Amino acid sequence: MNLEDLEKLINSELTTKINSSAINHDELKLKIDEEDLHSVLLFLKNDTRTKFRQLIDITAVDYPERDARFKLIYFLLSHENNLRLNIEFEIKESYQVKSITSIFPSSNWMEREVFDMYGIHYKDHPDLRRILTDYNFSGHPLRKDFPLTGHNEVRYNEEDKKVIYEPVKLEQNYRNFDYESPWEGTKYIEEITKK
Amino acid sequence: MPKETKTMNLNFGPQHPAAHGVLRLILELDGEVVEKADPHIGLLHRGTEKLIEHKTYTQAVPYFDRLDYVAPMNQEHAFALAIEKILKIKVPIRAQYIRVMFCEIGRILSHLLNVTTQAMDVGALTPTLWGFEEREKLMGFYEKVSGSRLHANYFRAGGVHKDLPIGLDSEISEFCNSFPKIIDDLETLLTDNRIFKQRNVDIGIVSKQDALDYSFSGVMLRGSGVPWDLRKSQPYDCYNNFEFNIPIGKNGDCYDRYLCRIEEMRECVKIINQCLEQMPKGPIKTNDGKISPPAKKDIKESMEALIHHFKLFTEGYRVDKDEIYTAVEAPKGEFGVYLISDGSNKPYKCKIRAPGFSHLQAMDYLIKGHMLADVPAVLGSMDIVFGEVDR
Repeated sequence: MNLEDLEKLINSELTTKINSSAINHDELKLKIDEEDLHSVLLFLKNDTRTKFRQLIDITAVDYPERDARFKLIYFLLSHENNLRLNIEFEIKESYQVKSITSIFPSSNWMEREVFDMYGIHYKDHPDLRRILTDYNFSGHPLRKDFPLTGHNEVRYNEEDKKVIYEPVKLEQNYRNFDYESPWEGTKYIEEITKK
Repeated sequence: MPKETKTMNLNFGPQHPAAHGVLRLILELDGEVVEKADPHIGLLHRGTEKLIEHKTYTQAVPYFDRLDYVAPMNQEHAFALAIEKILKIKVPIRAQYIRVMFCEIGRILSHLLNVTTQAMDVGALTPTLWGFEEREKLMGFYEKVSGSRLHANYFRAGGVHKDLPIGLDSEISEFCNSFPKIIDDLETLLTDNRIFKQRNVDIGIVSKQDALDYSFSGVMLRGSGVPWDLRKSQPYDCYNNFEFNIPIGKNGDCYDRYLCRIEEMRECVKIINQCLEQMPKGPIKTNDGKISPPAKKDIKESMEALIHHFKLFTEGYRVDKDEIYTAVEAPKGEFGVYLISDGSNKPYKCKIRAPGFSHLQAMDYLIKGHMLADVPAVLGSMDIVFGEVDR
Protein backbone atom coordinates (compact mmCIF):
# COMPACT_ATOMS: atom_id res chain seq x y z
CA MET A 1 0.00 0.00 0.00
CA ASN A 2 1.24 3.48 -0.77
CA LEU A 3 0.13 6.89 0.42
CA GLU A 4 -2.35 7.44 -2.43
CA ASP A 5 -4.11 4.14 -1.72
CA LEU A 6 -4.15 4.96 1.95
CA GLU A 7 -5.68 8.36 1.28
CA LYS A 8 -8.41 6.78 -0.84
CA LEU A 9 -9.08 4.07 1.74
CA ILE A 10 -9.33 6.46 4.64
CA ASN A 11 -11.52 8.86 2.72
CA SER A 12 -13.94 6.11 1.74
CA GLU A 13 -14.06 4.54 5.20
CA LEU A 14 -14.26 7.72 7.21
CA THR A 15 -16.00 10.00 4.71
CA THR A 16 -17.93 12.03 7.22
CA LYS A 17 -15.06 12.47 9.64
CA ILE A 18 -12.26 13.67 7.40
CA ASN A 19 -12.52 17.36 6.58
CA SER A 20 -9.62 17.31 4.15
CA SER A 21 -6.58 15.23 3.31
CA ALA A 22 -3.32 15.94 1.54
CA ILE A 23 0.02 14.29 0.89
CA ASN A 24 3.01 16.42 1.74
CA HIS A 25 6.65 15.30 2.08
CA ASP A 26 5.84 11.56 2.13
CA GLU A 27 3.27 11.95 4.83
CA LEU A 28 -0.50 11.92 4.74
CA LYS A 29 -2.12 14.82 6.52
CA LEU A 30 -5.70 14.51 7.75
CA LYS A 31 -7.77 17.37 9.04
CA ILE A 32 -10.56 16.38 11.37
CA ASP A 33 -12.81 17.77 14.09
CA GLU A 34 -11.84 17.22 17.70
CA GLU A 35 -15.02 15.18 18.39
CA ASP A 36 -13.92 12.53 15.89
CA LEU A 37 -10.40 12.09 17.28
CA HIS A 38 -11.10 8.88 19.18
CA SER A 39 -13.00 7.15 16.42
CA VAL A 40 -10.45 8.09 13.75
CA LEU A 41 -7.54 6.92 15.89
CA LEU A 42 -9.28 3.67 16.80
CA PHE A 43 -9.97 2.95 13.16
CA LEU A 44 -6.40 3.70 12.09
CA LYS A 45 -4.96 1.60 14.90
CA ASN A 46 -7.21 -1.44 14.69
CA ASP A 47 -8.10 -1.73 11.02
CA THR A 48 -6.25 -4.65 9.41
CA ARG A 49 -5.31 -2.58 6.37
CA THR A 50 -4.09 0.65 7.93
CA LYS A 51 -2.28 -0.74 11.02
CA PHE A 52 -1.11 2.56 12.44
CA ARG A 53 -0.06 0.98 15.68
CA GLN A 54 2.51 3.42 16.90
CA LEU A 55 1.98 6.93 18.12
CA ILE A 56 5.13 8.90 17.38
CA ASP A 57 4.38 12.23 18.95
CA ILE A 58 1.80 14.81 19.89
CA THR A 59 2.43 18.50 19.64
CA ALA A 60 0.63 21.80 19.41
CA VAL A 61 1.25 25.01 17.51
CA ASP A 62 0.31 28.42 18.83
CA TYR A 63 -1.24 30.99 16.49
CA PRO A 64 -2.16 33.81 18.88
CA GLU A 65 -3.81 35.91 16.17
CA ARG A 66 -6.30 33.20 15.19
CA ASP A 67 -9.70 32.68 16.71
CA ALA A 68 -8.99 28.98 17.22
CA ARG A 69 -5.64 29.60 18.80
CA PHE A 70 -4.04 26.17 18.94
CA LYS A 71 -3.49 23.51 16.35
CA LEU A 72 -2.93 20.00 17.73
CA ILE A 73 -1.06 17.44 15.69
CA TYR A 74 -0.80 13.68 16.23
CA PHE A 75 1.88 11.74 14.38
CA LEU A 76 1.33 8.06 13.64
CA LEU A 77 3.52 5.39 12.11
CA SER A 78 2.62 2.04 10.59
CA HIS A 79 5.54 -0.38 10.64
CA GLU A 80 3.83 -2.98 8.45
CA ASN A 81 2.96 -0.53 5.68
CA ASN A 82 5.99 1.68 6.25
CA LEU A 83 3.77 4.77 6.11
CA ARG A 84 3.48 7.91 8.15
CA LEU A 85 0.41 9.96 8.83
CA ASN A 86 -0.53 12.98 10.87
CA ILE A 87 -3.87 14.16 12.16
CA GLU A 88 -4.57 17.75 13.01
CA PHE A 89 -7.40 19.86 14.31
CA GLU A 90 -7.81 23.34 15.70
CA ILE A 91 -9.12 24.29 19.10
CA LYS A 92 -9.85 27.43 21.07
CA GLU A 93 -7.79 28.38 24.09
CA SER A 94 -10.31 27.34 26.71
CA TYR A 95 -11.24 24.06 25.04
CA GLN A 96 -10.65 20.72 26.76
CA VAL A 97 -9.36 17.99 24.48
CA LYS A 98 -10.16 14.33 25.03
CA SER A 99 -7.14 12.41 26.24
CA ILE A 100 -6.11 9.43 24.11
CA THR A 101 -4.29 7.55 26.87
CA SER A 102 -6.86 4.76 26.61
CA ILE A 103 -5.84 4.13 22.98
CA PHE A 104 -2.11 4.78 23.11
CA PRO A 105 -0.60 4.52 26.62
CA SER A 106 2.47 6.43 25.44
CA SER A 107 0.38 9.55 24.92
CA ASN A 108 0.46 10.10 28.69
CA TRP A 109 3.71 12.06 28.80
CA MET A 110 3.19 13.63 25.40
CA GLU A 111 -0.08 15.15 26.57
CA ARG A 112 1.56 16.25 29.78
CA GLU A 113 4.19 18.00 27.72
CA VAL A 114 1.60 19.77 25.57
CA PHE A 115 -0.21 20.79 28.75
CA ASP A 116 3.00 22.07 30.28
CA MET A 117 4.22 23.95 27.22
CA TYR A 118 0.92 25.30 25.86
CA GLY A 119 -1.57 25.06 28.70
CA ILE A 120 -3.98 22.86 26.79
CA HIS A 121 -6.14 20.84 29.18
CA TYR A 122 -7.10 17.24 28.63
CA LYS A 123 -10.24 15.47 29.71
CA ASP A 124 -9.85 12.05 31.38
CA HIS A 125 -6.08 12.21 31.60
CA PRO A 126 -4.89 9.99 34.49
CA ASP A 127 -2.13 12.28 35.70
CA LEU A 128 -2.07 15.76 34.19
CA ARG A 129 0.93 17.41 35.86
CA ARG A 130 3.66 19.61 34.51
CA ILE A 131 6.55 17.58 33.19
CA LEU A 132 9.48 19.59 31.86
CA THR A 133 9.33 22.86 33.74
CA ASP A 134 10.36 23.53 37.33
CA TYR A 135 8.25 22.71 40.37
CA ASN A 136 5.82 25.61 41.00
CA PHE A 137 6.45 27.08 37.56
CA SER A 138 3.79 29.42 36.22
CA GLY A 139 3.01 30.16 32.60
CA HIS A 140 3.34 28.07 29.46
CA PRO A 141 6.72 28.61 27.81
CA LEU A 142 6.02 27.68 24.19
CA ARG A 143 3.14 30.09 23.82
CA LYS A 144 4.17 32.91 21.55
CA ASP A 145 3.34 35.53 24.19
CA PHE A 146 5.70 33.99 26.76
CA PRO A 147 8.98 35.95 26.80
CA LEU A 148 12.13 34.13 25.70
CA THR A 149 13.91 35.09 28.92
CA GLY A 150 11.11 33.84 31.16
CA HIS A 151 9.88 35.63 34.28
CA ASN A 152 12.07 34.29 37.06
CA GLU A 153 15.71 33.46 37.51
CA VAL A 154 17.38 31.50 40.30
CA ARG A 155 20.56 32.13 42.20
CA TYR A 156 22.23 30.98 45.38
CA ASN A 157 21.77 33.52 48.14
CA GLU A 158 24.79 33.64 50.38
CA GLU A 159 22.95 35.29 53.28
CA ASP A 160 20.00 32.92 53.38
CA LYS A 161 22.19 29.94 52.42
CA LYS A 162 19.66 28.72 49.89
CA VAL A 163 18.64 29.02 46.26
CA ILE A 164 16.17 31.85 45.70
CA TYR A 165 13.90 32.93 42.85
CA GLU A 166 13.98 36.53 41.59
CA PRO A 167 12.43 38.41 38.66
CA VAL A 168 14.72 38.32 35.62
CA LYS A 169 17.15 41.24 35.41
CA LEU A 170 19.02 41.58 32.13
CA GLU A 171 22.19 43.59 31.55
CA GLN A 172 21.20 43.88 27.91
CA ASN A 173 17.92 43.16 26.16
CA TYR A 174 17.65 40.35 23.68
CA ARG A 175 18.25 41.93 20.29
CA ASN A 176 15.67 41.05 17.75
CA PHE A 177 16.72 42.47 14.40
CA ASP A 178 14.10 43.45 11.89
CA TYR A 179 15.31 42.16 8.57
CA GLU A 180 12.23 43.23 6.66
CA SER A 181 13.33 46.89 6.57
CA PRO A 182 17.03 47.03 7.39
CA TRP A 183 17.62 50.57 6.16
CA GLU A 184 15.26 52.28 8.56
CA GLY A 185 17.12 50.98 11.55
CA THR A 186 15.95 48.41 14.01
CA LYS A 187 13.14 49.06 16.44
CA TYR A 188 15.21 49.07 19.61
CA ILE A 189 17.50 51.82 18.27
CA GLU A 190 14.41 53.81 17.33
CA GLU A 191 13.13 53.47 20.87
CA ILE A 192 16.43 54.64 22.33
CA THR A 193 16.74 57.68 20.04
CA LYS A 194 13.15 58.75 20.80
CA LYS A 195 13.92 58.82 24.51
CA MET B 1 -2.67 -11.60 63.91
CA PRO B 2 -2.48 -10.12 60.39
CA LYS B 3 0.85 -8.68 59.42
CA GLU B 4 0.85 -4.98 58.68
CA THR B 5 3.12 -3.81 55.90
CA LYS B 6 3.87 -0.34 54.75
CA THR B 7 5.39 0.78 51.46
CA MET B 8 8.42 3.00 51.54
CA ASN B 9 9.15 5.92 49.25
CA LEU B 10 12.67 6.27 47.97
CA ASN B 11 14.19 9.13 46.04
CA PHE B 12 16.56 7.79 43.39
CA GLY B 13 18.64 10.69 42.07
CA PRO B 14 18.91 13.41 40.87
CA GLN B 15 22.50 13.05 42.07
CA HIS B 16 22.82 9.30 41.92
CA PRO B 17 25.62 8.16 39.58
CA ALA B 18 23.45 5.42 38.07
CA ALA B 19 20.69 7.91 37.28
CA HIS B 20 22.67 8.80 34.15
CA GLY B 21 22.48 12.50 34.66
CA VAL B 22 19.65 14.28 36.35
CA LEU B 23 16.81 11.82 36.69
CA ARG B 24 14.79 12.02 39.85
CA LEU B 25 12.98 8.74 40.24
CA ILE B 26 10.49 8.38 43.07
CA LEU B 27 10.16 4.72 43.88
CA GLU B 28 7.50 3.11 45.98
CA LEU B 29 9.01 0.05 47.58
CA ASP B 30 7.46 -2.92 49.28
CA GLY B 31 10.52 -4.33 50.99
CA GLU B 32 12.93 -4.56 48.10
CA VAL B 33 10.27 -4.91 45.41
CA VAL B 34 9.42 -1.84 43.37
CA GLU B 35 5.69 -1.20 43.26
CA LYS B 36 5.66 2.08 41.41
CA ALA B 37 8.18 4.32 39.73
CA ASP B 38 7.48 7.95 39.02
CA PRO B 39 10.24 9.63 37.01
CA HIS B 40 10.50 13.38 37.51
CA ILE B 41 12.22 14.84 34.50
CA GLY B 42 12.96 18.34 33.32
CA LEU B 43 15.90 19.08 35.58
CA LEU B 44 17.95 19.70 32.45
CA HIS B 45 15.22 21.53 30.54
CA ARG B 46 16.78 24.42 28.66
CA GLY B 47 13.90 25.43 26.42
CA THR B 48 15.62 24.35 23.21
CA GLU B 49 12.44 24.56 21.16
CA LYS B 50 11.70 28.08 22.34
CA LEU B 51 15.27 29.20 21.66
CA ILE B 52 15.20 27.77 18.15
CA GLU B 53 12.12 29.85 17.37
CA HIS B 54 14.23 32.96 18.03
CA LYS B 55 17.31 31.95 16.03
CA THR B 56 18.00 31.72 12.33
CA TYR B 57 18.23 28.28 10.77
CA THR B 58 22.03 28.26 10.84
CA GLN B 59 22.12 29.44 14.44
CA ALA B 60 19.72 26.67 15.45
CA VAL B 61 22.10 23.83 14.48
CA PRO B 62 24.27 23.94 17.63
CA TYR B 63 21.21 23.41 19.82
CA PHE B 64 20.90 19.95 18.31
CA ASP B 65 24.36 18.99 19.54
CA ARG B 66 23.21 19.69 23.04
CA LEU B 67 20.30 17.29 22.95
CA ASP B 68 21.81 13.83 22.91
CA TYR B 69 25.32 15.02 23.64
CA VAL B 70 26.95 11.62 23.17
CA ALA B 71 25.99 11.47 19.47
CA PRO B 72 25.67 15.10 18.39
CA MET B 73 25.88 14.83 14.63
CA ASN B 74 23.03 12.34 14.31
CA GLN B 75 20.65 15.02 15.52
CA GLU B 76 22.02 17.78 13.35
CA HIS B 77 21.33 15.38 10.52
CA ALA B 78 17.57 15.35 11.17
CA PHE B 79 17.41 19.14 11.22
CA ALA B 80 19.52 19.50 8.08
CA LEU B 81 17.36 16.96 6.24
CA ALA B 82 14.18 18.80 7.22
CA ILE B 83 15.41 22.10 5.78
CA GLU B 84 16.76 20.41 2.66
CA LYS B 85 13.43 18.74 1.96
CA ILE B 86 11.54 22.01 2.27
CA LEU B 87 14.01 23.95 0.14
CA LYS B 88 14.43 20.98 -2.26
CA ILE B 89 18.22 21.18 -2.07
CA LYS B 90 20.26 18.45 -3.70
CA VAL B 91 23.11 17.45 -1.41
CA PRO B 92 26.37 16.58 -3.19
CA ILE B 93 27.19 12.89 -2.98
CA ARG B 94 30.46 13.39 -1.12
CA ALA B 95 28.68 15.39 1.56
CA GLN B 96 26.17 12.57 1.94
CA TYR B 97 28.97 10.08 2.46
CA ILE B 98 30.70 12.29 5.02
CA ARG B 99 27.44 12.74 6.90
CA VAL B 100 26.66 9.05 6.97
CA MET B 101 30.18 8.25 8.09
CA PHE B 102 30.01 10.68 10.99
CA CYS B 103 26.53 9.51 11.94
CA GLU B 104 27.91 6.00 12.25
CA ILE B 105 30.82 7.30 14.30
CA GLY B 106 28.20 8.94 16.50
CA ARG B 107 26.40 5.65 16.80
CA ILE B 108 29.57 3.91 18.00
CA LEU B 109 30.18 6.78 20.44
CA SER B 110 26.73 6.41 21.91
CA HIS B 111 26.66 2.61 22.05
CA LEU B 112 30.13 2.45 23.58
CA LEU B 113 29.09 4.83 26.30
CA ASN B 114 25.87 2.99 26.93
CA VAL B 115 27.21 -0.56 26.93
CA THR B 116 30.15 0.25 29.15
CA THR B 117 28.33 2.45 31.65
CA GLN B 118 25.56 -0.09 31.90
CA ALA B 119 28.24 -2.63 32.78
CA MET B 120 29.50 -0.20 35.39
CA ASP B 121 26.02 0.16 36.85
CA VAL B 122 25.88 -3.57 37.44
CA GLY B 123 29.38 -3.75 38.87
CA ALA B 124 32.03 -3.99 36.14
CA LEU B 125 34.56 -1.18 35.94
CA THR B 126 37.01 -2.39 33.29
CA PRO B 127 34.74 -2.08 30.20
CA THR B 128 34.25 1.62 30.91
CA LEU B 129 37.98 2.23 30.95
CA TRP B 130 38.54 0.27 27.75
CA GLY B 131 35.56 1.75 25.98
CA PHE B 132 36.36 5.33 26.82
CA GLU B 133 39.79 4.98 25.31
CA GLU B 134 38.10 4.28 21.99
CA ARG B 135 35.60 7.07 22.47
CA GLU B 136 38.54 9.38 22.90
CA LYS B 137 39.80 8.45 19.43
CA LEU B 138 36.38 8.97 17.91
CA MET B 139 36.02 12.36 19.52
CA GLY B 140 39.42 13.11 18.06
CA PHE B 141 37.87 12.58 14.61
CA TYR B 142 35.06 14.90 15.57
CA GLU B 143 37.61 17.50 16.58
CA LYS B 144 39.64 17.13 13.40
CA VAL B 145 36.67 17.62 11.17
CA SER B 146 34.66 20.23 13.07
CA GLY B 147 37.05 21.78 15.57
CA SER B 148 35.32 20.53 18.68
CA ARG B 149 35.12 17.21 20.41
CA LEU B 150 31.50 17.27 21.49
CA HIS B 151 29.41 20.10 20.14
CA ALA B 152 30.37 19.71 16.55
CA ASN B 153 28.03 22.10 14.70
CA TYR B 154 29.23 20.45 11.51
CA PHE B 155 26.20 19.56 9.37
CA ARG B 156 24.54 22.29 7.35
CA ALA B 157 21.47 22.38 5.20
CA GLY B 158 22.94 21.40 1.85
CA GLY B 159 26.00 19.49 3.04
CA VAL B 160 28.65 19.87 5.70
CA HIS B 161 30.68 22.83 6.83
CA LYS B 162 34.19 21.79 5.72
CA ASP B 163 35.77 18.94 3.81
CA LEU B 164 37.69 16.22 5.64
CA PRO B 165 41.22 17.33 6.52
CA ILE B 166 44.01 15.51 4.69
CA GLY B 167 44.88 12.18 6.26
CA LEU B 168 41.71 11.82 8.31
CA ASP B 169 40.35 9.06 6.08
CA SER B 170 43.37 6.86 6.68
CA GLU B 171 43.13 7.50 10.43
CA ILE B 172 39.49 6.47 10.45
CA SER B 173 40.28 3.42 8.39
CA GLU B 174 43.02 2.50 10.87
CA PHE B 175 40.49 2.82 13.67
CA CYS B 176 38.08 0.56 11.78
CA ASN B 177 40.79 -2.10 11.56
CA SER B 178 41.59 -2.05 15.24
CA PHE B 179 38.13 -1.48 16.69
CA PRO B 180 36.53 -4.93 16.05
CA LYS B 181 39.24 -6.40 18.26
CA ILE B 182 38.18 -4.02 21.06
CA ILE B 183 34.56 -5.12 20.68
CA ASP B 184 35.76 -8.73 21.01
CA ASP B 185 37.65 -7.80 24.15
CA LEU B 186 34.59 -6.08 25.60
CA GLU B 187 32.56 -9.17 24.81
CA THR B 188 34.98 -11.47 26.60
CA LEU B 189 34.45 -9.30 29.67
CA LEU B 190 30.68 -9.15 29.48
CA THR B 191 28.82 -11.46 27.13
CA ASP B 192 29.41 -14.72 29.00
CA ASN B 193 30.15 -13.10 32.31
CA ARG B 194 28.09 -14.82 35.00
CA ILE B 195 27.45 -11.71 37.07
CA PHE B 196 26.58 -9.58 34.06
CA LYS B 197 24.12 -12.21 32.86
CA GLN B 198 22.55 -12.64 36.27
CA ARG B 199 21.93 -8.94 36.41
CA ASN B 200 20.56 -8.58 32.88
CA VAL B 201 18.98 -11.75 31.51
CA ASP B 202 15.17 -11.73 31.93
CA ILE B 203 15.24 -8.29 33.49
CA GLY B 204 13.01 -5.56 32.07
CA ILE B 205 11.30 -7.71 29.46
CA VAL B 206 9.33 -5.80 26.82
CA SER B 207 6.86 -7.70 24.66
CA LYS B 208 6.42 -6.81 20.99
CA GLN B 209 2.98 -5.35 21.58
CA ASP B 210 4.09 -3.22 24.50
CA ALA B 211 7.10 -1.95 22.58
CA LEU B 212 4.67 -0.64 19.95
CA ASP B 213 2.17 0.71 22.46
CA TYR B 214 4.82 2.61 24.38
CA SER B 215 6.21 4.26 21.21
CA PHE B 216 9.56 2.52 21.51
CA SER B 217 12.06 2.87 18.71
CA GLY B 218 15.65 1.95 17.97
CA VAL B 219 17.25 -0.79 20.04
CA MET B 220 14.37 -0.82 22.53
CA LEU B 221 12.09 -1.92 19.69
CA ARG B 222 14.54 -4.21 17.91
CA GLY B 223 15.51 -5.90 21.17
CA SER B 224 11.90 -7.09 21.37
CA GLY B 225 12.06 -8.61 17.91
CA VAL B 226 10.54 -5.93 15.71
CA PRO B 227 12.67 -5.57 12.58
CA TRP B 228 12.51 -1.80 12.17
CA ASP B 229 15.35 0.54 11.36
CA LEU B 230 14.83 3.81 9.52
CA ARG B 231 18.17 3.42 7.78
CA LYS B 232 16.67 0.39 5.98
CA SER B 233 12.96 1.13 5.86
CA GLN B 234 13.01 4.84 5.03
CA PRO B 235 16.58 5.40 3.90
CA TYR B 236 17.85 8.98 3.95
CA ASP B 237 20.99 10.40 2.37
CA CYS B 238 22.99 7.54 0.83
CA TYR B 239 22.10 4.71 3.23
CA ASN B 240 20.76 2.84 0.19
CA ASN B 241 24.30 2.29 -1.05
CA PHE B 242 25.52 0.24 1.87
CA GLU B 243 25.28 -3.36 2.86
CA PHE B 244 24.64 -3.86 6.52
CA ASN B 245 22.48 -5.98 8.79
CA ILE B 246 20.03 -4.99 11.46
CA PRO B 247 20.51 -7.07 14.61
CA ILE B 248 17.24 -8.13 16.22
CA GLY B 249 16.70 -9.39 19.76
CA LYS B 250 14.51 -12.29 20.78
CA ASN B 251 13.45 -11.93 24.41
CA GLY B 252 13.29 -8.17 24.76
CA ASP B 253 15.25 -8.16 28.01
CA CYS B 254 18.21 -6.01 29.05
CA TYR B 255 20.67 -8.64 27.89
CA ASP B 256 19.22 -8.77 24.37
CA ARG B 257 19.42 -5.03 24.10
CA TYR B 258 23.06 -5.21 25.15
CA LEU B 259 23.73 -7.81 22.44
CA CYS B 260 21.94 -5.68 19.83
CA ARG B 261 24.15 -2.71 20.64
CA ILE B 262 27.32 -4.77 20.43
CA GLU B 263 26.28 -6.14 17.03
CA GLU B 264 25.24 -2.69 15.83
CA MET B 265 28.72 -1.39 16.57
CA ARG B 266 30.14 -4.09 14.30
CA GLU B 267 27.70 -3.05 11.58
CA CYS B 268 28.73 0.60 12.05
CA VAL B 269 32.33 -0.36 11.36
CA LYS B 270 31.17 -2.08 8.16
CA ILE B 271 29.32 1.03 7.02
CA ILE B 272 32.25 3.32 7.81
CA ASN B 273 34.57 1.05 5.84
CA GLN B 274 32.22 1.11 2.87
CA CYS B 275 31.98 4.90 3.15
CA LEU B 276 35.73 5.22 3.00
CA GLU B 277 35.97 2.89 0.00
CA GLN B 278 33.18 4.44 -2.02
CA MET B 279 33.53 8.10 -1.10
CA PRO B 280 33.89 10.13 -4.30
CA LYS B 281 35.72 13.42 -4.64
CA GLY B 282 33.76 16.58 -5.19
CA PRO B 283 31.97 19.45 -3.47
CA ILE B 284 30.85 19.06 0.14
CA LYS B 285 27.98 21.52 0.15
CA THR B 286 25.45 22.77 -2.31
CA ASN B 287 26.72 25.49 -4.60
CA ASP B 288 23.56 27.57 -4.20
CA GLY B 289 24.97 30.87 -2.95
CA LYS B 290 21.65 31.74 -1.33
CA ILE B 291 22.01 28.88 1.13
CA SER B 292 25.62 27.90 1.63
CA PRO B 293 28.33 30.50 2.25
CA PRO B 294 30.99 31.13 -0.40
CA ALA B 295 34.64 30.13 -0.10
CA LYS B 296 36.94 32.63 1.58
CA LYS B 297 38.88 33.00 -1.67
CA ASP B 298 35.76 34.05 -3.59
CA ILE B 299 34.85 36.69 -1.03
CA LYS B 300 38.10 38.49 -1.83
CA GLU B 301 37.42 38.49 -5.55
CA SER B 302 33.71 38.52 -6.18
CA MET B 303 31.27 41.20 -5.09
CA GLU B 304 28.37 38.75 -5.35
CA ALA B 305 30.11 36.29 -3.03
CA LEU B 306 30.75 39.07 -0.54
CA ILE B 307 27.09 40.05 -0.53
CA HIS B 308 26.06 36.42 -0.13
CA HIS B 309 28.43 36.02 2.78
CA PHE B 310 27.14 39.16 4.46
CA LYS B 311 23.50 38.29 3.99
CA LEU B 312 23.94 34.68 5.12
CA PHE B 313 25.68 35.56 8.36
CA THR B 314 23.46 38.47 9.33
CA GLU B 315 20.01 37.65 8.10
CA GLY B 316 20.45 33.97 7.24
CA TYR B 317 18.51 32.21 4.52
CA ARG B 318 14.74 32.16 4.30
CA VAL B 319 12.74 28.97 4.21
CA ASP B 320 9.45 28.76 2.33
CA LYS B 321 6.21 28.32 4.20
CA ASP B 322 5.81 24.60 4.83
CA GLU B 323 5.44 21.89 7.43
CA ILE B 324 7.52 18.78 7.60
CA TYR B 325 8.29 15.88 9.90
CA THR B 326 11.67 14.24 9.31
CA ALA B 327 13.07 11.37 11.30
CA VAL B 328 16.47 9.74 11.43
CA GLU B 329 17.63 6.59 13.13
CA ALA B 330 19.67 8.10 15.95
CA PRO B 331 21.60 5.65 18.16
CA LYS B 332 18.80 5.71 20.71
CA GLY B 333 15.91 5.40 18.31
CA GLU B 334 13.78 7.55 16.07
CA PHE B 335 14.84 11.16 16.43
CA GLY B 336 12.39 13.42 14.67
CA VAL B 337 12.13 17.10 13.88
CA TYR B 338 8.78 18.68 13.13
CA LEU B 339 9.53 21.96 11.48
CA ILE B 340 7.04 24.69 10.62
CA SER B 341 8.52 27.44 8.51
CA ASP B 342 6.68 30.64 7.71
CA GLY B 343 8.84 32.03 4.94
CA SER B 344 11.06 34.06 7.27
CA ASN B 345 14.62 33.39 8.38
CA LYS B 346 13.54 31.73 11.62
CA PRO B 347 11.48 28.59 12.21
CA TYR B 348 7.93 29.29 13.38
CA LYS B 349 8.04 26.10 15.39
CA CYS B 350 10.50 23.29 15.77
CA LYS B 351 9.27 20.33 17.75
CA ILE B 352 11.90 17.78 18.65
CA ARG B 353 10.85 14.18 19.04
CA ALA B 354 13.40 12.52 21.29
CA PRO B 355 13.42 8.73 21.53
CA GLY B 356 14.49 8.73 25.18
CA PHE B 357 11.35 10.59 26.21
CA SER B 358 9.05 7.69 25.29
CA HIS B 359 11.49 5.13 26.63
CA LEU B 360 11.70 6.73 30.02
CA GLN B 361 7.95 7.02 30.14
CA ALA B 362 7.76 3.23 30.24
CA MET B 363 9.96 3.07 33.34
CA ASP B 364 6.98 2.39 35.61
CA TYR B 365 5.79 -0.46 33.40
CA LEU B 366 9.28 -1.96 33.02
CA ILE B 367 10.30 -1.89 36.65
CA LYS B 368 7.06 -2.87 38.38
CA GLY B 369 7.64 -6.05 40.35
CA HIS B 370 11.41 -5.99 39.95
CA MET B 371 13.89 -5.59 42.76
CA LEU B 372 15.43 -2.26 43.68
CA ALA B 373 18.81 -3.47 42.41
CA ASP B 374 17.33 -3.94 38.94
CA VAL B 375 16.52 -0.24 38.60
CA PRO B 376 20.02 0.75 37.40
CA ALA B 377 20.16 -2.25 35.06
CA VAL B 378 16.87 -1.36 33.37
CA LEU B 379 17.68 2.33 33.32
CA GLY B 380 21.07 1.58 31.79
CA SER B 381 19.63 -0.64 29.09
CA MET B 382 17.13 2.04 28.06
CA ASP B 383 20.03 4.27 27.05
CA ILE B 384 18.75 7.50 28.53
CA VAL B 385 20.58 10.75 27.98
CA PHE B 386 18.96 13.69 29.67
CA GLY B 387 19.97 16.24 27.13
CA GLU B 388 17.37 14.85 24.74
CA VAL B 389 14.74 13.78 27.25
CA ASP B 390 14.52 17.22 28.83
CA ARG B 391 15.37 19.28 25.73
